[in-house]
Formats: sequence, C-alpha cells, structure tokens
Amino acid sequence: MDKMQLLLTLSAALFAAGLLGVIVRRNVLVMLMCMELMLNGVNLSLVSFAQQNGAVAGAVLVFLIFVVAAAEIAIAIPIVLLLVRAKRSLDLEAYADLKG
Amino acid sequence: MIESALLYLFAASALAGAVLMLVVRHPMRVALALIATMLSLAGVYAVLGVHVIAVFQVLIYVGAVMVFMVYVIMLLEMRDRSLARRYSALLVPGIAGFALLVGTLGLGLWRDAADAPGAGDSAAYGVQSFSIAFLNDYWLHFELVSVLLVAAVVAAIAVLKVESASRG
Repeated sequence: MDKMQLLLTLSAALFAAGLLGVIVRRNVLVMLMCMELMLNGVNLSLVSFAQQNGAVAGAVLVFLIFVVAAAEIAIAIPIVLLLVRAKRSLDLEAYADLKG
Repeated sequence: MIESALLYLFAASALAGAVLMLVVRHPMRVALALIATMLSLAGVYAVLGVHVIAVFQVLIYVGAVMVFMVYVIMLLEMRDRSLARRYSALLVPGIAGFALLVGTLGLGLWRDAADAPGAGDSAAYGVQSFSIAFLNDYWLHFELVSVLLVAAVVAAIAVLKVESASRG
C-alpha cells in the first residue's frame, strides 16, 4: 500500500467514524466532537492532495479552514449552552419537540 | 523506512482514537480521545513534511478548540440519561449506512490504486515560503477571516444575551 493510498484510506475512515458517531451517539457534545472528527478527516485528504501537488495555496487554504473551524465551534457551543439551559439535559431525546 | 514506520504508527493511533470516541461513555473521555486523534494527525502532517500545518493543528485545534470543548464539558457536568444510554435508536441503520459508506469509499480507493502517483516533495511548505505567500498573495483572505472571527465572537455574545434577556 503506497503512501497516498494509506493517507486517503485514513481520511475516509476518520470521516466515516465521525459520521457514525453523529448518527448513533445521544449526547449533544459528543455529536459536536464527532463533527470535528469528520472535519479533521476531510482536512487530511486536502493536505495530502496539496502536498502531492506541491502548491503553497494548499497550506494557506488549510490554515483558513482551521480558523473557520474555530469560528464554527465558537458559535456551536453557545447554541448547545442555550439548549441545555432550556431543557436541562444533554440528551438528544429531550430536544424531540424542536421541529419545524 | 523509519518515516513510513512512523506514518503507519501515527495513522494507527489516529484510527484507534476515532474508534475509542465511538465506544466510551463519558464526554470528557470522548474529548480526550479526540485530542489524541488530533495529535496523531499532527504527527502524520509532520511526517509528511508539512510542518506549518502540523504546528497549526496543535495550536488551533488542540490548543483552542479542544480546550474550549473541555471547558464546556466541565461547565455542563451533569448526570443525565445520555450517560446511562450511549446510543440512540438509530444504532442499526447508522451502522448499516456506515458499512455502506466504508464499502463504497474503500472500493473506490482500491480501484484507483493502480494509477495513483506517489506523494511529491514538500519543498514548498517551509515556514518562509508559506509566510511570504500568505501575506503577499492572500492578505485579503487573511483580513476576511479576521472579520469572520469578530463576527463569530459578536454572534456568540448576542446568542447568550438573547437568552439572559428572555429569562428576565
């Protein structure tokens, strides 16, 4: 198995594990962390392709993605805090009435 | 030789952290497993020769995002039902979809293995060339991203303000 194939396999495995975590886990914070895992997996494939290409633009793009991920988590955490204050629970089933 | 051994080691440890995230019960342990995965990915980047990205992975992800996450887990420390029951009712369809996704991606990877070129050199990824390209060609993106960060902070404050105003 050559290097590129190993990296892409690892990237796909991390993405799939994160997706499985988002679907099957009940805790909202754990689901959020599994989303971070998905983002990390996709980021790994971006880095491997950019490094294979040898373009500096890839490194800049990865840096910008890191910053956007930090902004995303800065918005997501207050939303989780609001949900917990409203429902007194981190359990997904407590939010079943959030429809429409 | 030692490079490829290190690559396999870091890849295996990243994968082990990801699997651990799915099975452990407490959110704090999930956070620690995710930190282990991110550190292993930083190791993978370092082995690939993209040191700038490895440093950013540790500084931004582990240093900022995961510290924030661990802090919130400690803030919300509560005994609720999600600790007693780990998995939702979607466990079986979730695993079926997971197997389907892994099968499809794996098949694609194996089929394209023949004409996949090897990884190239990483001479373009030193701190110097990165900094020059970043601040000469991409200064507008840098400024836009700082505006985005300010907007995110203001939005976070606004969300919590709405909540405290509605509670009286």
